[in-house]
Parts: sequence; C-alpha cells; structure tokens
Amino acid sequence: MVTRAMNDAIRAILRDHARLSVDALSLADDTDLFKAGMSSHASVNVMLALEGKFEVEFPDRMMTRDVFGSIEHIRGALEELTKGA
Amino acid sequence: MTTMPDPRQALYDELVSYGHIIPAGVPGIFGRGAVFEDVLRRFDGLLSTVAEKDGAESMLFPPVLDRKVLEKSEYLDSFPHLAGAVFSFFGGESHAGELRAAVHEGRPWDPWQKMTDVVLTPAACYPVYPSLAGVLPEQGRLIDMQNWVFRHEPSAEPTRMQAFRVREFVRAATADVVVEWRDAWLERGLALLSSLGLQARSNVATDPFFGRGGRMLARSQREQKLKFEIEVPVLAESEPTALCSFNYHQDHFGRIFGIRTPAGVVAETACLGFGLERCVIALFKTHGMVPADWPRPVFEKLWPRAPEAKAS
Repeated sequence: MVTRAMNDAIRAILRDHARLSVDALSLADDTDLFKAGMSSHASVNVMLALEGKFEVEFPDRMMTRDVFGSIEHIRGALEELTKGA
Repeated sequence: MTTMPDPRQALYDELVSYGHIIPAGVPGIFGRGAVFEDVLRRFDGLLSTVAEKDGAESMLFPPVLDRKVLEKSEYLDSFPHLAGAVFSFFGGESHAGELRAAVHEGRPWDPWQKMTDVVLTPAACYPVYPSLAGVLPEQGRLIDMQNWVFRHEPSAEPTRMQAFRVREFVRAATADVVVEWRDAWLERGLALLSSLGLQARSNVATDPFFGRGGRMLARSQREQKLKFEIEVPVLAESEPTALCSFNYHQDHFGRIFGIRTPAGVVAETACLGFGLERCVIALFKTHGMVPADWPRPVFEKLWPRAPEAKAS
C-alpha cells in the first residue's frame, strides 16, 4: 500500500476508534494522538482495528505509547509488519 | 523422595490451625477469627492515626455497586475476568418450580437467573467517583473509606482472596496536587509498614489487565509510572506480596463522571489502598502466629495502651 493510502486508512480507523477530541481526518501525520485525546483504552481499540484491517498482529515490543502515538509511527510499524507480505 | 511443602498451602494451614482463618469451602473465601480481626482493626486504627490531620471525608458503601458505574468506568474493558455481577430470580411460580428442581437434582440453575442492577464492588474506591461529580472546592476533595471488594480469582494462596477489605483514600484535585499527595502517602506507607517490622519496599507496578490489549495497557501504565505498590516478602523473597497499591488515574474518572476543578478543567484523581487482610497475614507470617510473642516494638505499636494485656 502506498504511504498516502496507508495514512488515510489509519486516519479512518482513528476516526472510528480513537475517540479524539479533534477531527481525525484533519490530523497531521506527526500529531501526538494521546495529546489529541486518545485514551489508553482507545489505543487498544485502535490496535485491534488496525490488526483486522491490515491482517497483522502487533508483537509485544510494538505495544507502546510511542508506536501508537502518531500516524507516522503507526505507519512505520505497519510497514515493518507487512514487509514482504 | 521428599517433596518441598507448597509455601502457599503451608501458610494457609498454619493460619487455619491457629484459628486465624476459617475455611468456607471455596478457594479465596474464608472466615476471620477473633485475633485476626483484632489485629486488622488495630492496623486499620494505625492508618487512621497516620491520616487524622488530613481532614478526609469518611464514606461507607455496601459491597455492591450500581452496575452502570462499573460499565461507565471501563472496568470491563480492562478486567472482564475479575468482575462479578449479581444475578437473581425474576420469574413466577412455574419458573421457581423449575429452578427448585434443577437445584435439587444438581443441575445448573443459571437459566432461571438474570442480571440485576448491581455488581460486586471491584475496588473500594469505585462507588466514590460518581459522588464527586460537579465542581470541586478550591483544595479538591479527599475521601476515606473501608470497603469489601470482590475479585474473581480463586486461589489456594491465602494472600489472594476473592473477597477482602481495603482501607482506601481517594484524592480528586488538579494533577500536581494529586501526584504530590500520592507521593507523600507512598512515604507514609513505607514508614508505617517498616515500623511494624515488615521489609517494605515500593515498586512501579501494573494492574492484571486482560488479554493482548491488556498487555498494551500494562505497558502504557508502566511507561507512565501510573501505579506503585508497596511490597513485602510473605510467601517468598523473590515474589513479594503487594500490601498497598497507589493508582494515579489522570483524568480517567474525572472525564467519565464529570468532575471538574474550579478553573473548569477536568479534575484528576488518584487512590491508594491498603489490603487489610494481606497486611495482617504479612504480620503473622513475619512475626509468628501469636501476637503476644511478637517483637515488643511491633506489639506495642498495635496494643499501645495496655502492653501487658493479653493479645490472644
């Protein structure tokens, strides 16, 4: 998936699951999602939705606030998990 | 060939043999004997002495909670495996007959039970947050309570109970006030338990969140240092038992229950709880099963006015 399409897919999942205090579709790639209102519980829902959409499983080492802290970090993790798929 | 006795079973059996706990058929559920209760009340009294100048408001709640509070609190998102809901019978005569027959024939009778509006209280502080809704006074609020709590985790380990009492304090205020209060109590807790001859130390900890999502919640909790515990070796040096737990919820409960500071922002909360039975069991395990034989400074801290009086 090209970067832009992947970012848009991540934004759509954030819109549906992150319960942000701002419009997910207008987020910058590097916006801090936790500062934008995503709770820890919401980040779990985002993780599970991403796993369903991209057919991946995040390993324990990726289950951190840093990885789920911005669109670009999420994309980096997804690119690593889908590499060669 | 000899086998090492299971330290959990050995401690359980010793507590039973001295009448401190009374088996009640189900793992993690037992009665408490008179001496056990005496120690528990005196330890609880020491906590009151430590806290007496803080001006906390006392609240007492029954061991059940409005189910909607549990649902709103996201407890079931984090700990579906620990929660206990109260079910009851809503049917008429014929259904009562079917239920009665099922019970007497040893068949499951849950088909005739439906969920009620109450759940067992999962943590001592949960009933408090809805009552804090609205604008806090300038200095915030401080609540003091002792409640029975339920955790669905049957275990042979006497320190891991399904029902137990927690002496808990809740602070609701701005973030800096809440964190300062939590840190001060961490020192108080360590000092109190150390003064009772317990090898107490504090550690960053995590809650037993459920499943894969739970591992992520635990990582997040640890990264942000939101939970501390004061631990004491009870069953093993290598696996100390948490006697006291400090949770900083940030704005979680403030957001859910509409608790605000006078400046109009969502208030933050923290709670700390002493597991009273665990503290008592730690004293018995460390100093022996007969309080009169405990080291004098420990004994006299709990029985200060009549050190010569019989403890048991």
